[in-house]
Amino acid sequence: MLGQMCKKAFGRALWVYHANAGACNGCDIEVINVLTPYYDAERFGIRLVGSPRHADALLVSGPVTRQVAPALQRLLDALPRPRLVFAIGSCATGGGCWFDSYAVLGGADKVLPVDFYIPGCPPRPEAILYGVAFALGLVPKQVAAEHFSQEDIEQLAAGKPMTREVRT
Amino acid sequence: MFMAKLREAVICFKAGRVTLPYPAAPHDPEPGFRGKITIDPDLCFGCGGCANVCPAGVIFLHDAEQHARILELHWSRCTYCGRCAEVCPEDAIALTQMFETATDRAEDMVISLKVFMGPCQRCGRCFLPPTVLDQMDVAGFHEAGGGRP
Repeated sequence: MLGQMCKKAFGRALWVYHANAGACNGCDIEVINVLTPYYDAERFGIRLVGSPRHADALLVSGPVTRQVAPALQRLLDALPRPRLVFAIGSCATGGGCWFDSYAVLGGADKVLPVDFYIPGCPPRPEAILYGVAFALGLVPKQVAAEHFSQEDIEQLAAGKPMTREVRT
Repeated sequence: MFMAKLREAVICFKAGRVTLPYPAAPHDPEPGFRGKITIDPDLCFGCGGCANVCPAGVIFLHDAEQHARILELHWSRCTYCGRCAEVCPEDAIALTQMFETATDRAEDMVISLKVFMGPCQRCGRCFLPPTVLDQMDVAGFHEAGGGRP
């Protein structure tokens, strides 16, 4: 349903607002990189806007620090619906190195309803483009949860050849 | 003024198209790029060295049963430093060139591996039967709950 809504609402142009929630600036540089003529996100209608009231999507980078969390909440409230929230970088997707620090909340999804996660430290500009293209429904998803299991001791004792089970 | 503009136009024509056709055409990273983490279930013997060195505490170890040890890799917060691949004595863990890891579900960013081990009759600690005991010293065999909390 979200995909259909995205296609309808954001098919032509996605205006983004970029919020730094305590990032080291690495992800911010990559986001700016995406908007340069080399990567040229404007061919998808992606444009950086100066106010969250004009934006369709919010790009959050950084593990959300305690200081910035209320401001981020207010920022989200200023975004008109329908809206998308992208968590960019390892810090925003899961908290990064600081996931258990007292000063951060450990990821954007602790504060905001995150729609799309773009991991990477920092993500390549291509990875950010891929994430946005995935949100627009242009490319398929390539990751899934992986669960592996080795053979147990009885199977080993019976001399069973090593097998590899992938359950996704 | 006019000549300057003309020169600018010539430069633009000479440069041609510089925009990357990225989502339409693949653009592979340079060799040496560190992307999504992978683990080879056949090679891992559950020593937990990777969990010890991981700066982001991505890798968790649980001794679920007497014969099984579970490795969980929550790579959403992985910083792609490559320390786990450096210390792995069996080269079971590796960083691939994959960077297209955007997803809409947080549960997708998990890898789990169940390593079956045999407990030592004397001390009760686990070891994997087909590997030699000396490998334990190389990797640093640790008590349960390696990694951070």
